[in-house]
This record gives sequence, C-alpha cells and structure tokens, in this order.
Amino acid sequence: MNAYEDLLDHEDAHWAFGTGFADPLTGVDRAVPSDVDGLFEGCLALGDDALVLAQRLAQWCSRAPELEEDVALANIALDLLGQARLLLTRAGEVEGAGRGEDALAYLRDEREFRNVHLVEIECGPLVGGDFATTIARLLVFSSWRLAVFTRLCGHADPVLAAIAAKGVKELAYHRDHAAQWVVRLGDGTEESHRRMTAGFERVWPYVPELFDADPMVDMADVRSEVDSVVDAVFGAAGLERPSVGPASRVNGRAGRAGVHTEAMGYLLAEMQYVHRSLPGARW
Amino acid sequence: MTAYEVASAVRDPELPVLTLAELGVLRDVTEEDGRVRVTITPTYSGCPAVAEMGADLRRSLLAAGYGEVEVRTVLAPAWTTDWITADGRRKLAEAGIAPPGRVGPVVLNLVPPTRRVACPRCGSSSTRELSRFGSTACKALWRCSDCAEPFEYLKEL
Repeated sequence: MNAYEDLLDHEDAHWAFGTGFADPLTGVDRAVPSDVDGLFEGCLALGDDALVLAQRLAQWCSRAPELEEDVALANIALDLLGQARLLLTRAGEVEGAGRGEDALAYLRDEREFRNVHLVEIECGPLVGGDFATTIARLLVFSSWRLAVFTRLCGHADPVLAAIAAKGVKELAYHRDHAAQWVVRLGDGTEESHRRMTAGFERVWPYVPELFDADPMVDMADVRSEVDSVVDAVFGAAGLERPSVGPASRVNGRAGRAGVHTEAMGYLLAEMQYVHRSLPGARW
Repeated sequence: MTAYEVASAVRDPELPVLTLAELGVLRDVTEEDGRVRVTITPTYSGCPAVAEMGADLRRSLLAAGYGEVEVRTVLAPAWTTDWITADGRRKLAEAGIAPPGRVGPVVLNLVPPTRRVACPRCGSSSTRELSRFGSTACKALWRCSDCAEPFEYLKEL
C-alpha cells in the first residue's frame, strides 16, 4: 500500500486534490451553545465571503503580473478556503440538518448564498478589472475581516472564537500584502496610479454593505477601524478616497439577504459544476 | 516505545527536517489499554497537510503495535511559530531554511520593511524578501545579497 492509498483508506471523505479530506473540525468539542442567536447565519455569511473570494483569487493563478504574485494570491486563497471550510462545517453543525461543508458549498443555489457583493464581483483577470482592482478589493476586504475576526475572538461560541483567533494573523498578512501593493502602485508611475485609482472606484460602491448592522459585531466600531487603516494606506499611496455612491440594492437587500449580482451565477456554475456532475466522486 | 515516543518521531510532510513535535503541532498523546488518542493542531486554517499528518501518525502507531488510534484536531490555543522548539529552529537553519523570529503582531508596512533575516548559508544579514508567500503557506522566499543564494524563511505567525 502506498502513502496515497493509505490516505484514501483512512479518511472517509470525497473531496480533495489527491487525498480524502477529513472534516476540518474533527475532534474539536462541538457542543452548540443554546443561548447564542444568529450563529448559523453568522458562520454562513463569513464562510461564504471566504469561499467566494477564494474562488475569485484562484482565478488569478497563472495570470498574475509575476510568478511570485501567482503564488501569493493562491496562498491567500488557500487561507480563505481553510477559513471557509471551518466556518461552513460549523454552520452545518449549528443548523443541525445534516449538511456538511460540501453540501453547503456545492449544493446550495445562488439565493441561498450569504456573501457580500464585494467578494463576488468580477475584479479581473477577466473583464471588470485588473490586478490593481483585485488588490483594492483585497485591501478593503482583509482590513474589514481582520477587524471583525479580532472582535469575534471573544464570541460566546468557543468554536467560532477559535476559528477567528486562528484567522487573525492570516488576515493580517493578507492586509499587509494588499497595502504594500496599493502603496507601490498608487505611488508608482502615472499609469499605475491611474489604475490603482480606477480599482478603488470599481470596488467602492460595494464597501457600505460590509458595515450593515450585524448581531455578532458592532459594525460602527469595525467601520472606524477600517476607515483609519484605509486612510493611512491612501495617505502613503498618494490616493484619494473615491467619491462614488453605494451600489443599488433590491428593496434594500443585497448579498447578505441572498440577492446577488449577475456575476454570482457564473461563479457558482464554475465552482459547483464538478461536484454536481459527479456526485460523490473521489480521486 | 511509548505512544508519545512513536508519535513525536513522525515527520512533518511539508518540512520533513522537523518532527511534528518539533514543529509544535503535536499537542497531546494519551494511551489507555493499547488505545491511543493523538491531538494535533493545524498551522494555518487551510493547511492541506493536516490530513496527511493524521494519516502518518495513525500509520506509525499501528505499525508500532497499537491496536486503536484516534487523531483529534484542536484549534485553540492557535498554533504560532513560537511553538517550534529550539531543536526545531536549529534543524531548520541546518536545512537552509531561516527560522522564524519571536512573534510580535503582524504590522501594516507602509514603508519598506526594515526587518533583516540572516542568510542560513553564509550568515549575512544583507538579505531581501523576494516574495512574502512561498512554496507552502508557512514560508516566504528571500535572497542573500552576499552569497546570492535564494533561501526559504519560515515566517512568523
């Protein structure tokens, strides 16, 4: 028996690149606290944000401006995918309907996803943006998520608190990586400055949704932290805060309510295709 | 050999110069009537090596004669590079991988970073970062300006 067969024999799971994946929370004490409201929705929203942005970032692999950046964006995507697996597993457990991470990632339809619009919109490498646009999104998103995770480290659900504590340093690396690119491009050539500015103008209408009221975290507090981070980066990069209004919503609803942009259906089609074509396949 | 001795000799699949104990991901090994429970923790949330670590631990313990092996994962307290032992740091350096410094907060760098990592080959501190992200989630890629060799650096987490 070679090492590969050994992995498959012992891990009773279907999806992986080359191995069976165990449930990422194997062995963790999973008792669900009875007095925490909105835990399923909260884990689902944060899990979906990470899953969808991981999918977007992975689209850059082999298309980034340089090889190191292929590796960097793929690594960031991998961190987010790990966070998504933990959060979706926890969401399924709290829901108690027998849905695991795979069922939540691959077998829900568009209206059941709870991610914000910011992570699903096309920001390159295809139409809709370029590398600078992707970096603009990554700066805003990782600054926001780091602020949220920092506050969730003390959450009443010990599993969510542990997932947040695990993610904090990963997100700090993502934020720093994005900030360094924003400074390099914003304070670079005339062309790089123009494209960095255009990148922020592209993503800015989707920023307000991040700060919609949330039962788990004080979003006004998160907003002031994110504002000060982003302003510091803009200052160092010689950029101005964009003056564009928020994206329109449907009766006030957006991604957190399951109302998505046109890009979402295409993204899910690509992400879910194999699992739905070959249910239970393993390799 | 005790179950702990067997488990602590298992090597990390991505950093095979280190055992899981030296890497600091082996948190606990308990043994009762030939039944072993091993507790490990992931380095990064998305570390793809966790499943392999579990399989390697199980295989080694079964081969050592233990009849029943359970591998558990814990998330808290979260792993940081401070969990890497002194022996582990020395072995990393000997294998040409610069070991991490002691962990401080990951700061937001808005000016060129002043951190210097000593070259694990020639010891020079005249080195520079080529890429913050490397061949695995836990490593960055650096180059020495004196001996001109690129080297990996296990970055602080």
